[in-house]
Formats: sequence, structure tokens, C-alpha cells
Amino acid sequence: MRVEGLTKSFGRQVIWSDVTLTLPPGEISVLLGPSGTGKSVFLKSLVGLLTPERGSIVVRDVDLVTCGEKQMYEIRKLYGVLFQDGALFGSMTIFDNIAFPLREHTRKSENEIRDIVTEKMEMVGLSGAESKLPGEISGGMRKRAGLARALVLEPEIVLFDEPDSGLDPVRVAYLNQLIVDLNARTDATFLIVTHDIGTARTVPDNLGLLFRRELVMFGPREQLLTSTDPVVEQFLNGRREGPIGMAEEKDAAQVEAELASLNEDDGRPEGASGPSGAPGGGVPPQLEPSDDVPPRRAVDRRQARVREMLHTLPEAAQEAIRASLDEPGRTGAAGPAGSGPDRDGSDPGAQGDGAGRGEADRGADRGDGGQGDAGRGDADRGARRDPGRGDAGRGDAGRGDADRGDAGRGDADRDGGGGR
Amino acid sequence: MTAMPVRALAQSGRLFGLGLDVVKATFRRPFQVRELIQQAWFIASVTILPTALVAIPFGAVIALQLGSLTRQLGAQSFTGAASVLAVIREASPIVTALLVAGAGGSAICADLGSRKIREEIDAMQVLGVDPIQRLVVPRVLAAMLVAVLLNGLVSVVGVGGGYFFNVVLQGGTPGAYLASFSALAQLPDLWAGEIKALVFGAIAAIVAAYKGLNAGGGPKGVGDAVNQSVVVTFLLLFFTNFVLTAIYFQLVPAKGA
Repeated sequence: MRVEGLTKSFGRQVIWSDVTLTLPPGEISVLLGPSGTGKSVFLKSLVGLLTPERGSIVVRDVDLVTCGEKQMYEIRKLYGVLFQDGALFGSMTIFDNIAFPLREHTRKSENEIRDIVTEKMEMVGLSGAESKLPGEISGGMRKRAGLARALVLEPEIVLFDEPDSGLDPVRVAYLNQLIVDLNARTDATFLIVTHDIGTARTVPDNLGLLFRRELVMFGPREQLLTSTDPVVEQFLNGRREGPIGMAEEKDAAQVEAELASLNEDDGRPEGASGPSGAPGGGVPPQLEPSDDVPPRRAVDRRQARVREMLHTLPEAAQEAIRASLDEPGRTGAAGPAGSGPDRDGSDPGAQGDGAGRGEADRGADRGDGGQGDAGRGDADRGARRDPGRGDAGRGDAGRGDADRGDAGRGDADRDGGGGR
Repeated sequence: MTAMPVRALAQSGRLFGLGLDVVKATFRRPFQVRELIQQAWFIASVTILPTALVAIPFGAVIALQLGSLTRQLGAQSFTGAASVLAVIREASPIVTALLVAGAGGSAICADLGSRKIREEIDAMQVLGVDPIQRLVVPRVLAAMLVAVLLNGLVSVVGVGGGYFFNVVLQGGTPGAYLASFSALAQLPDLWAGEIKALVFGAIAAIVAAYKGLNAGGGPKGVGDAVNQSVVVTFLLLFFTNFVLTAIYFQLVPAKGA
């Protein structure tokens, strides 16, 4: 799937212009962006629900922007799309919803349909809810039902519109694992649109960031995670200091002042962490498929591809990629997830500092604290995922914070909602 | 901002475009029989009772007006003839249209509109199913079918109501009322009424579907869409009625003329 020079505007308002990217087959890509940067619009353009003004979207040698309606409907059968709220048909039961694509597009008998639907429902953990109406189940269940429906035709391209919005952190973790497992099982191309940093850091092979009406960056995950681009850095660390403001953008002078103070602040190495102990730099290990799932076929393809483009990437990204390529599997002991709890320890100190400097408001700011905690929650999750690491003591300490982490995450979520 | 007339023209064009799409999709397989039956049953169930209840006083009003008019003119024996003519030619298709638009059309618009804002329509398109073929065509056909059937109902109930008021309340002669039935009215009048009902049903459903599919801006958008769809439908219906009536008089000579 290739997107070139795509431009979309509503009336005179340009949503984004000149977006060019290629979704490598079988890999998981995440498209990030602050609220209101047209991520959902981008997704809708990819499936032909909105028509961009310029550019092309090429799937299997068909340009979706210029092709006819008939071709469009053929191409759409390759897609599976998970909408933000599941977009289930309100008048049908969950079972009928998931069976809908099969009944419309295949000549399978009711028995076959029943088997397939039951299997998919088990996969997303919805067994027993077959006869319920979408209005009778929770938002998380609707989302999972929407996912089952999107997958029932074995699509080649799966698009997720904020799979993690409105879900609790545990469910997000499960959902992310499910996404990785699905990718391993089906070898389909995945594109996830989100603003959850945890997902962005651990799930994808490729990352992209939309901001200020353009695609700031798109490339292998290491490229963005090690990037020193102010926008990318700010977003991936969930900081307030940087070009992204509450109302979309800040003016340049303010940004410079903030960044300068950020660098002087405490002499800590740039990018290591924000003033409130945000997750910081480094490339956390990627989620691996569960044990009962075959290995992802995309991994080898991606390694070959990334090796080829290695020389075009910035220094830091090259290093991170070399490290990950050398690393056999995920046993690399020096995983940054281990350093999460470390940073935990230094965190209160940092906040104390802030208060001492007379910038108490910043240190005490709930949003900041919340996001720091959220980061900690992440690290915690990472640690739990990997029982072989023997960090039991630290892991526990981390878990003691779990409550606060959750609360913080809730705050962060709500903040995001307010921004929208 | 684009100028007002241009936008209005664009809307009309898109509405007409949807109409053409519906015609095109009607002949595409697979035909949604189940949905058609469900929708026809649904529209019938929300319109039958109100239609009958509106038809009775409508027939009565016509009978009352004509009753006193014919008495003044001394043409009492033609009361029945005139009231049948009025009911079958004009009153019946209009009552049918108002009810199909008001009860059926608003329900269609609200249904499609809420599906639109819940992204169900988008999801359907992404699943490779054309919502026009799957949802709009069965609704339009159902509305047309129900409108034709309702028109028959209104004709019968309206004439019956006229008879009741004329004979029982105004002291008219039953024999004269019935005997004069075919004095002015003729069979083409009934056909014309049914054709009008058919066209009105189609217009009501297409406008409702158009407004519903273009609803936006959350639940309030759906409310606005329903409101607009009813108003637009009424405007179009009365205009179409005028045109159809004018054509009818050109094509079919009045009886005895």
C-alpha cells in the first residue's frame, strides 16, 4: 500500500498536505498525532470514504483516488477497519454483526458462518455475548466485537482507529497483545491510528507522526523513538514543553524559550526524561506474539528492509537498529523497561527540585504527574510481561505504584479528551 | 463561502443524483427482499392508523362543503359525484403523501441519520456493501408500495366518511349519493391518484434517505435532518402534485366534455 502526495482539505481549511508513505506489507505501523490533526480523516481517505484533493493511494496497483465505484468496492473487500466506537449495526445482535460480511460476500452455509463467527468471538474474548445487542454491552466489548467483524473476511489490510481510546490500561495491554498475535497469525498489513504513547512505543514496526498539517516523520520505530525532532520528542514523551500546544500550536518564541529552559534545567542528558520523569528516550523492546502463536513472518522481511535503508537514517536510529538486529530475540537483558523502575526512584527527587526552583506549579501540575505515572505504569507492564527477567523486587516496587499509575493515566486520558 | 443559490443548486443536484443511484441500484443483484418486507411492514404499521383517522374527517369536510354548496346551486343530486371526484383525484393522494412523508419519511430519515452519525454507514461501505443498494432501495420501494396501498385505503375511507356525513348528518338521499358516483368520476381518476401516490412515496423516501445519509454533527444533526426532510418533502410534494394534475388534465379529457 502506497500513499503519495496526499492532500485533503475541507473548504479552505487544509487538513494535511503532501503526505507520502508506504505501508510495508505484513508489518504493523502506527500513525500518531495530537488530537485534531486529521488522523481519522487520513484513515477514512485510505478506505475511500473521503476523497482527497490531490495525490494517490495505490493498493494492488489500483489508485483509490481516481478509480471507479466498482473497483472501490472490490478493493474494500481487502480491508478490515476497526472504527473508534466499533460502529456495530445497532439493530443487529453481536452475532449477526460479525456474520454480516460473511452473509453479504460469501456463499457459505449458516453452519460454516456459525463456526467462523464463534471462532472469531472466542479470539477476541466475547463468547457468550452472541445474542446481545450493541447497546447492551460495554464500550470495550463493542470495540472487540468491531474487531472481530473487521477480521472475519481475513482482510489483507487492517486499519485501527484509536483501538485504545476509552479502554482501561489492562484492556489496552491485552488489545495490543491481541493485535500483535493477529499480525503473527494472519500476516496482514496493520495501520493503527492512535495517540497512546504506550501503544506507539511497544507495538509497531513503523511509526509516523502527523502534526501541523503534514506528516512530520514516518519510518522504522527506532527512527522516531531516538529522534531529536522537537515535535516527535515532545509527543513521544508526553511533555508540555515543545511546539505542540493545547490549542494545536504555540508560537515559535515560546517554544524556543521552553526548550532552552528544559535543556539547562538540571543538566540531565537531553531526551533522557522530561522534568517530571516522563518515559524518556530509548527504544523499549517490541511486544512479541504469545507463545502459542507462530512467529511473525514480517520480522525477517522487515529486518532485510531496514538493513537496506540503514544508511539513510540518522545516527542514533542506526545504532538502535543495529542493537536490535544483533539482539537474538528479546532476551537482551539491558532492556530499557528495566530502567523504568530506576527512574521511578529518582522521580520524587526531581519533583522536589522543581518545587525548590520556584516552578512549583510545573512540578505539582497534575497533568504532568499523571503522565509520568502513566509512563511508570507502562514500564511496569513491560516488566510483568517478561517474567524471566528476575527483577522481582523492583517489579513489585513498581506495582505498588500501580494504583497511582492508573489514576494518572485516567487523568492523562481526560486531559486528551479536553484537548479534543 | 459559496453563494446561497449555488449551494441550493448543488443540494438539488445531489438529491437528484441519489434518486438516479437508487434507480440504478434497484436493478442490481442481490435484491434485498427481506429488508423490503420489513420496511414495508414498518412503514405500513406507522401510517395505517393515522391515515385512516385523517381520512375520515377529510372526507367529512369535503362532504360538508359540497353539501351546502350544491344545495345553494340546487344540484343536490351531484353531491356524491363531486365528493368522490375530490377525494379520489386530490384528497387521497395528498393525505397519503403527507402521512408517508410525516410518519414514514421521518422514521426513515431518523433511522439512516442515526446510523450515519454512529459510523454504521461508513462501516457498511468499508465492508464492501453499498448502503444505497442495501438500505435505501428497499426503503424507497417500500414507501412506494405502502403509498399506493394507503391511497386505496384513503379513497375508501374518505368516500365512506363523505357518505356518512352527507346521508346521516345532512339528510341527503342515499340513492342519489350512490347513483351519482360515476356521473363525474371515471376510472382514469383512480389510476391518476395511484400514480400520484406512487410518485409521492418515492419522493418522500428519497428525500428522507438523502437527508439521513447526509446528517452530521451528532444527535442534533439527526434532529435537524428529520426536520428538514419533512419540510423539503412537503414542498416537493405539493409542487409535484400541481405538475401531475396539470399533465393529467392535458392527457385525460374530463367526462362528458
